[in-house]
Amino acid sequence: MHTRRHALSTSAKLALLLLGAGALPAAAQAQAAGFNQAAFDAKSLADVMKALGSNAPAASGDVTVSAPDIAENGAVVPVGASSTLPGVKRLLVLVEKNPSALSAMFDVNEMVDANFSTRVKMGQSSDVYAVAMMNDGRVLYAKKEVKVTLGGCGG
Amino acid sequence: MARILWTGVAAAIAASGAVVWAQQKSSAEGIAEYRAMLADGNPAELFEAKGEALWKTKRGPKNASLEACDLGKGPGVVKGAFVELPRYFADTGRVQDLESRLLSCSETLQGISAAETAATPFGRGEQANMDALVAYISAASGGMKFNLPQGNAEERKMFELGKRIRLQDLPDLTKNPGNGIGFAAWPAYRVSSGELWGMQRRLNDCYRQQRFPYPGYGSDVTIALGVYMGVNAKGAESVAPSIKR
Amino acid sequence: MADPMRIRAQAAGDKATVRVLMAHEMETGQRKDAAGKLIPAWYIQQVHAKLNGKDVLSAQWGPAVAKNPFLQFMIKGAKAGDKVSVTWVDNRGDTRSDEAVVT
Repeated sequence: MHTRRHALSTSAKLALLLLGAGALPAAAQAQAAGFNQAAFDAKSLADVMKALGSNAPAASGDVTVSAPDIAENGAVVPVGASSTLPGVKRLLVLVEKNPSALSAMFDVNEMVDANFSTRVKMGQSSDVYAVAMMNDGRVLYAKKEVKVTLGGCGG
Repeated sequence: MARILWTGVAAAIAASGAVVWAQQKSSAEGIAEYRAMLADGNPAELFEAKGEALWKTKRGPKNASLEACDLGKGPGVVKGAFVELPRYFADTGRVQDLESRLLSCSETLQGISAAETAATPFGRGEQANMDALVAYISAASGGMKFNLPQGNAEERKMFELGKRIRLQDLPDLTKNPGNGIGFAAWPAYRVSSGELWGMQRRLNDCYRQQRFPYPGYGSDVTIALGVYMGVNAKGAESVAPSIKR
Repeated sequence: MADPMRIRAQAAGDKATVRVLMAHEMETGQRKDAAGKLIPAWYIQQVHAKLNGKDVLSAQWGPAVAKNPFLQFMIKGAKAGDKVSVTWVDNRGDTRSDEAVVT
């Protein structure tokens, strides 16, 4: 196990060097750098969790999704995902009705709070999810509906 | 100020049940909340950083920076310049807005052709550099009040010209619209396109929407409009560069 | 070389709030240009941050993250004077790193 991880990290470093030289095909680049393409290609929340090899998510009041009720422009929608529970391994931000549901994934460790904010693109009004993957295998989520409007006056 | 607002709004959303908030707020309040959430971390800041670098970098055939450029408050003085533009400049003998002044400074100091820049499509090449410079210079007057000089006869002439144009072609807006509204909100980062629009580009778009031909980048007509709106905005606080949909 | 990031890190109590603005197109790969051709996907896939050289943040992003991305996170135990560095890597293999001092 230790040997495999060590070997992977060496090959990842080698891959990055080759990346710089433009020597790797695109798919290999994504793989080598530790990017979970399958998770970001998944269409639904359930498929995302499957791609991440984890359990089905359960709603929880201990996870918070922060987002505006209305986004004046779907090109930029501020979203926050957080949880005060101890033992959070990862926080995910998903937009249900986007072509691919998963927008962003944050690893949590003892150096950072389980609290991240970013901005996402939303193609249409949709539920936005914050999902917390716990160290003990539980998966918890909170969701909120965000309405997207492009219309309106002024500029 | 914006940062405190953002943190307060975000904390309120995080602390309360999302469903309860949705039912209590009107659309207008919802949109105001959305804008407040974006105000902290305005991508215009990326343009500001680029603009500051451009101001200080030696460029062009003459390999010089813009640090000797006089924006109205003396060579190299950036702070406070934005809220006093457009104004009359003795060295060019005309009233200039920020963008036309940057054109003449780039040409005189750096040897970069003003005509070529004016002919370049918005957002490309030297025009993209203009976006960055405009963001940097306007940000340096953030929170300061508009106070365009009208002591020079040319400045007053431009005000009258702008007033005539404004009342003929565009919706009437003769009063001071207040802090950070209208004239006081441009340049701005437009989230719909992810671009930084200077006042010249905004006016270009206004003319396009009115189905009038664009009078030309840095032309007297656009500068006159700037003088008219800027004088009417006297006392209003500048929030440029702002963020818009 | 990509344009620089704007990083602000403010200490309050026993943590620092870090706010980052990154200059990136974040093209989804689903838009078409004027000729009707698909504009290729071009987006940040990984973001890492360090505190005084030690890894603190690791994130993976998809193309749905907005153009000129904003990121806010909190580093525990960070204090004024500490160095925060942020690095992104995109799907083309381009990368950018910038640093800021916690105030």
